[in-house]
Amino acid sequence: MLTPKRRRRERRAAFLMIAPFLFIFTAFFLYPTYSVIALSFTDAPLIGDGNWVGLANYTKLLGDRLFHTSLWNNFYFVLLTVIPTTVIALLIALAVSKLKGRMQALVLTLFFLPYVLPVSVVTMIWAWMLDFQFGILQPLIAAVTGKPVPVFKNPYWVMPMIAVVTVWWTNGFNVLLMIAGLRNIPADLYEAAALDGATAWQRFWRVTWPLLWPVTALVLTLQLILQLKLFDQVYLLSNGGPFNRSYVVLMQMYREAFQLNHGGYASAIAMVLFLFIVVLSVLQFQLLRLGGRK
Amino acid sequence: MTLKQARTLAFTGLVLIAAAIWTFPLYWALTTSLRSENRIVSDGSGWLLDELNFGAFREILGNSKLPMWYMNSVGTSLIITVIVLVTGMMCAYALSQLRFPGRRLLYLVVVGSFMVPVPALYVAQFVLMNDLGLVNTWWGIILPQLVVPVVIIVYKQFFDAIPKEMREAVVLDGGGEFTLLFKLYLPLNWGITAALAIITFISAWNNFFWPFLVVTSEDMMTIPVGITQVNDAFGVAYARMMALALLAAAPVIIGYLVFQKRVTEAVMISAGVKG
Repeated sequence: MLTPKRRRRERRAAFLMIAPFLFIFTAFFLYPTYSVIALSFTDAPLIGDGNWVGLANYTKLLGDRLFHTSLWNNFYFVLLTVIPTTVIALLIALAVSKLKGRMQALVLTLFFLPYVLPVSVVTMIWAWMLDFQFGILQPLIAAVTGKPVPVFKNPYWVMPMIAVVTVWWTNGFNVLLMIAGLRNIPADLYEAAALDGATAWQRFWRVTWPLLWPVTALVLTLQLILQLKLFDQVYLLSNGGPFNRSYVVLMQMYREAFQLNHGGYASAIAMVLFLFIVVLSVLQFQLLRLGGRK
Repeated sequence: MTLKQARTLAFTGLVLIAAAIWTFPLYWALTTSLRSENRIVSDGSGWLLDELNFGAFREILGNSKLPMWYMNSVGTSLIITVIVLVTGMMCAYALSQLRFPGRRLLYLVVVGSFMVPVPALYVAQFVLMNDLGLVNTWWGIILPQLVVPVVIIVYKQFFDAIPKEMREAVVLDGGGEFTLLFKLYLPLNWGITAALAIITFISAWNNFFWPFLVVTSEDMMTIPVGITQVNDAFGVAYARMMALALLAAAPVIIGYLVFQKRVTEAVMISAGVKG
């Protein structure tokens, strides 16, 4: 039974407790969200006011060849990373979960380590590994193609190699989630399957795969959202080139805003990415709910 | 040795080799960083650590702004971590334990903000920081990184799980809500607090895109942005580049190795998966 006095006190405490977060959230998140939407309907430069131009930025985007290229490259990059990294993470997780004790901890540490590195450290190391003159991987590339390749300056190699670097960097996260998923599968299911004479192959497809699916779906959608936000690696390794072959949406947003001084147009580009990712997140949420209900 | 043992051993060996290959780029960076530049240019880097030449490390520490960038990274990441955790735990406590108008709405907004791709806000956040005169300052780096909804969601889950009876003792002693949070709910959740602190710190430390936009003066750069400047300044200098990369990575690598369990726990919890 709450007296009105106690209820008032509770409200006051609640207000004091949410106030700091609410202030930060409103000032540095909600307000920028509002202003990026508002800016996208103007011809504003990066700093300063612009005029209301309605949907002009969006109609311009529809016909912008570079934007089409960017969208395509984002899509291509998603193809190159999302499913491969999920498969690799699953294989690694299956292998690691078979190991015991300290050996398991050691192997997991090695696979996870790249994930904690800053992106520019990752790109520096890989730029050196793939260096045209002295790169340790160039003999390998030469063995396949017959000659060394300056991979980040080559229109065909650039995206696949950025994908390789990205998978190396971020895969540890997926491995962890997969291992957690594998641990949550009850051991007696495997025992029952073994008693029924199921082979390892059958055990995987009949027990592991369906029970792991919620986690697999989570990894797939998280990766999809993450990889759509590609910018750092491209900026650092190829700067969008050669011939715009690695130009992506956030790269275009960056150039339009900070180099060409087109704040309004850059905001419209940001909004397209925004919408893409919100739609995907809603789908992910629904997918997980369905997965959870089973 | 039975056949089964032999197979287990062979399997373990294979996985270990795969893990070693996976980590090879880091080893390669290490061997390169410990060679003289001349030797790298004449016969490339080597597989073995047969030379321990710390010249590259000395030069980086002496002739670059790395120490300054360390300061900026440590300072901004620490401030971000403290503010995110304190504001997050208070907000989560209110959402979890208190009744007030707009509670459901606030929770929905927090969960919903998960979906917003933060880089899409960078143009507007930059304009805001510019209006506030915070470009090229620590606060310019810090402020837009203070919204981390996952911290609130995780704290709320953990606060929800604490039995209500435990509150009574504190309430009978005349303790208010702040006492409850800091004397009861927080001490019961030091583990998760440590995990959230580590993951917040690492992601602030590793953020490249935002500090890259808001800082243009070399003296204010954080590690991930600063080291790309050296890249441009040195030209061809393989040993020095790798020494730089390793020095930049050292704090997170050491931090990860020391707090390994907490890091993996935090990663799993923040993705909504129980380990």
